[in-house]
Amino acid sequence: MRSSSVGHLAINPGRSLKSQSQICWKNPTDAGKSTTDPPHPHTHTYIHAHTHTTHTHTHIGMTSSKIEMPGEVKSDPAALMASLQLMPAPVPNPEIKYTKIFINNEWQDSVSGKVFPTYNPATGEQIIEVQEADKADVDKAVQAARLAFSLGSVWRTMDASERGRLLSKLADLVERDSVYLATIESLNSGKPFLPTLFVDLQGTIKTLRYFAGYADKIHGSTIPMDGQFLTFTRYEPIGVCGQIIPWNFPLMMTAWKLGPALACGNTIVLKPAEQTPLTCLYIAALIKEAGFPPGVVNILPGFGPTAGAAMAAHKGIDKVAFTGSTEVGKVIQETAGKTNLKRVTLELGGKSPNIIFADSDLDLAVEQAHQGVFFNAGQCCTAGSRIYVEEPIYDEFVKRSVERAKRKIVGSPFDPTTEQGPQISREQQNRVLEFVQSGISEGAKLECGGKALGLKGFYVEPTVFSNVTDDMRIAREEIFGPVQQIMKFKTIEEVIERANNSDYGLAAAVFTNDINKAITVSTAMQAGTVWINCYNAMSSQCPFGGYKMSGNGRELGEIGLKEYSEVKTITMKMVTKNS
Amino acid sequence: FSLSLLKYYQVKQNGFTASPQCSNENIFNHNALILFQLFINNEWHDAVSGKTFPTINPTTGEIICHVAEADRADVEKAVKAAQNAFKLGSPWRRMDASHRGLLLSRLADAIERDAAYLAELETLDNGKPYAVSYSVDIPNVVKCLRYYAGWADKWEGKTIPIDGNFFCYTRHEPIGVCGQIIPWNFPLLMQAWKLGPALATGNTVVMKVAEQTPLTALYVASLIKEVGFPEGVVNILSGMGPTAGAAIASHMDIDKVAFTGSTEVGHLIQQASGSSNLKKVTLELGGKSPNIILSDANLEDAVEQSHFALFFNQGQCCCAGSRTFVQADIYDEFVERSVVRANRRVVGNPFDLKTEQGPQIDEEQFNKILGYIGSGKREGAKLMCGGGVAADKGYFIQPTVFGNVQDNMTIAQEEIFGPVMQILKFETLEEVVSRANDTKYGLAAAVFTKDIDKAHYVSNTLRAGTVWVNCYDVFGAQAPFGGYKASGNGRELGEYGLDNYTEVKTVKRSEWCINYMYMYVMHHGKTRNMSS
Repeated sequence: MRSSSVGHLAINPGRSLKSQSQICWKNPTDAGKSTTDPPHPHTHTYIHAHTHTTHTHTHIGMTSSKIEMPGEVKSDPAALMASLQLMPAPVPNPEIKYTKIFINNEWQDSVSGKVFPTYNPATGEQIIEVQEADKADVDKAVQAARLAFSLGSVWRTMDASERGRLLSKLADLVERDSVYLATIESLNSGKPFLPTLFVDLQGTIKTLRYFAGYADKIHGSTIPMDGQFLTFTRYEPIGVCGQIIPWNFPLMMTAWKLGPALACGNTIVLKPAEQTPLTCLYIAALIKEAGFPPGVVNILPGFGPTAGAAMAAHKGIDKVAFTGSTEVGKVIQETAGKTNLKRVTLELGGKSPNIIFADSDLDLAVEQAHQGVFFNAGQCCTAGSRIYVEEPIYDEFVKRSVERAKRKIVGSPFDPTTEQGPQISREQQNRVLEFVQSGISEGAKLECGGKALGLKGFYVEPTVFSNVTDDMRIAREEIFGPVQQIMKFKTIEEVIERANNSDYGLAAAVFTNDINKAITVSTAMQAGTVWINCYNAMSSQCPFGGYKMSGNGRELGEIGLKEYSEVKTITMKMVTKNS
Repeated sequence: FSLSLLKYYQVKQNGFTASPQCSNENIFNHNALILFQLFINNEWHDAVSGKTFPTINPTTGEIICHVAEADRADVEKAVKAAQNAFKLGSPWRRMDASHRGLLLSRLADAIERDAAYLAELETLDNGKPYAVSYSVDIPNVVKCLRYYAGWADKWEGKTIPIDGNFFCYTRHEPIGVCGQIIPWNFPLLMQAWKLGPALATGNTVVMKVAEQTPLTALYVASLIKEVGFPEGVVNILSGMGPTAGAAIASHMDIDKVAFTGSTEVGHLIQQASGSSNLKKVTLELGGKSPNIILSDANLEDAVEQSHFALFFNQGQCCCAGSRTFVQADIYDEFVERSVVRANRRVVGNPFDLKTEQGPQIDEEQFNKILGYIGSGKREGAKLMCGGGVAADKGYFIQPTVFGNVQDNMTIAQEEIFGPVMQILKFETLEEVVSRANDTKYGLAAAVFTKDIDKAHYVSNTLRAGTVWVNCYDVFGAQAPFGGYKASGNGRELGEYGLDNYTEVKTVKRSEWCINYMYMYVMHHGKTRNMSS
């Protein structure tokens, strides 16, 4: 691959995949049965794939609990099939235009002159080189953000509704370029193209629109205080916000961070993950196109220990928001403590329990539990990675889960039939495989999978462990890969205690048809989100965040705005008072 | 496509040119029929009776065109459509709230796209200066719709920590079919104020537009269809108050009625609700708003703002500052300067960009205003300028200023709704507050002063839904608006505006397991955050 700042990439959209010697395994763990699954004619495969993808989305939808189709929703099967024919394909040979640092609405080279490569995890090949921001670049960006935030600036004097308008325009632009963005997102992160388009891009667009609507609705209050006073509050922006986002949902995490911060009127220095800088940089170009004033949003591709650390320690940054590992989250909080006591919000790791009672709809529970852990190749902070199954259905649940995992289609992200792409990097792949080894050596039963897959790219087989006990590493630590742990429980008291016995508290789920069990468990869970008979049902209207060491603060929803506001109480002496 | 729609889409493709030199011909050569019919179920209908009525260009007094005249039978059809659109399981009821917001946002975009055309049409039908329709009415319409677009998925119920073993939460549900009756003074803006909150909260609408100004509302109907609102969600009827309006107010299947107009008709609406199905009623009615100028105010600013407060929109504002109270020591100078300003006011062809004041809406209003001027003279107020007809055709009235107005005069008590300014004298703060509040109305008020304590005192003691301090007629979609006393009921705009279109449902569920949880905690003592 090239290393120039502008490159063209050969993407093979779904239709032509198999003739392009791309990776495409069907039933990777069950090759012996492949004779029952002959290659379909291309068009047929295509339609089949979309149906399948749609089905997946129904369950793991990050933005909606129902199928999202372009245009109107088709209810009858014939219309549905017709609409599937129109399903978008990736952009062939997408040009990558933006690989520099975005400061003050301008594209800049790094001060050090350094660049770093970014890879296609499906092949392990380099896509392109990107300018590498370091402390000096962070200084420049903070200066730009401070200037944009200075009293009397265009941004500070802008009507709140106009800020909303700009965010809304940004959403429209993302929507306009969504196929391109989904293509690049797939290429750079390895996540399958169609789910990227229908989950990640929709989630991004909807989040931006949601917060666009909030810009002029962030109300202070007038307060009937004692004495002859008029007291009112103003919700003011905090100032310059450092935002550090992860590689598992690069676009969506960008939107989760930009939406509330901009709606509230802050300015931003944002560092995307070094693994996945490309879509975030394209968003930078859209931010400029939408008309945000220079310096309001600055985007700096770079590494955590250099650029990220510089942000966490910067005295000109008033708040830092970080999404990533708990380990780094602690460093961020410590750094804020050591420097200027900047406000810190953290969205960190999890080891989320998913509790399946014997009275639940087993088909639903198996499929949701499967999606709950395997979605996005297991690379979700919310992954339901501790599945507690009530004793009477344990064996059946394990059997069906193994069948489902074996059916999982692992392959090229651009094959429309693919459910699972590669892990993000060789490092993550190795880490996941190391966890699998620990599971085996600590005595869990490997039901299927457990190995790397393919000659190139960072694939891991869908893996299921049964007979997992709470003390095993695979039951305690975040694996962030396609590895499902299934445990057994007997009583509701027992499972509540075991589920809560974790440093983490990001999410939890319960599957039961008994409304009282559902409420008991959901009330008792020490987790920021509890799903009942569903998993990963997320939406920009609903707050998300962690108890305990899964984080600090909440993103999304109205409460997400609080994390980007300073409340000012203004009290004015009055001469007289009347109700 | 009906012929009319076809024409309409051809016009869309050709595009409109924004020319303030508008004539009947170039507006209606384009999309004639679409503007003349009733909009029910996303389709265009003639009136069941076959009747039409003329809509008049107030600048000339000539007929612009004839429009279908809705009556009880058409209201019946529209309510059926709206009920159908509101049925459980309908596309509108099943739609994500965020998608309702997106549709409203798209409607705002479409109106913004056609801003010049809509502004022309508004000016033609209403007589307000094109410069104002284009730069005030339309942008505020767009902003209002965008504002409520944003609310659609943020109108949250609560979970409530009720006593006992119960789980309690509220849902904010739409009321149902909403009848909305809007006036002629801000046809497009009043339409947006009504549609925005009603649609954001998921209601369906049967709207009657004023018979004086049906045209822009019907054009917006075509945009509502274009952006993809499901059939029957919005139905727009042109017609008269005593027939179509009365049918809405007394309809047994309309769940709520919102009316903006005169206090007199407001009484009728509320009565009709009482004698029919107790539909919810919100009213935004008349006013006789006091505008209080203290002697320490910036005089130049106060004179200009007070002039604007009264004369804006030809005086046809429910919140017009029509009782200007001026403190005694600056009274004479204030009157003198106000007369100078009124004499400078440019009255003329509303399509002329220099024009500040166009014609009154119709002959009836024109005559009513002239009658008020006569009563002012008869009752002893001093006519300082104006007082007569300003052109030989159309409904133009000279900017008129009365000095030495007393509280008991008709012109100081009744809503004139025309370019007639009353200036009254006062001595003390306590006196002016008491006189300002001595009215059946309570829509708006203003105070001009540099003294922060006086500003507080006056703004806290006036009985009015809006108080402006050192400004007048400042509106934002974010800020609620509505009346105390006989000026209305309920508030429009802002978050408060959503209340008027919401039924709150409280769900309480028996919860034996809460008790069970307490036992569990007492036993194990470990589980944290039990109550959350």
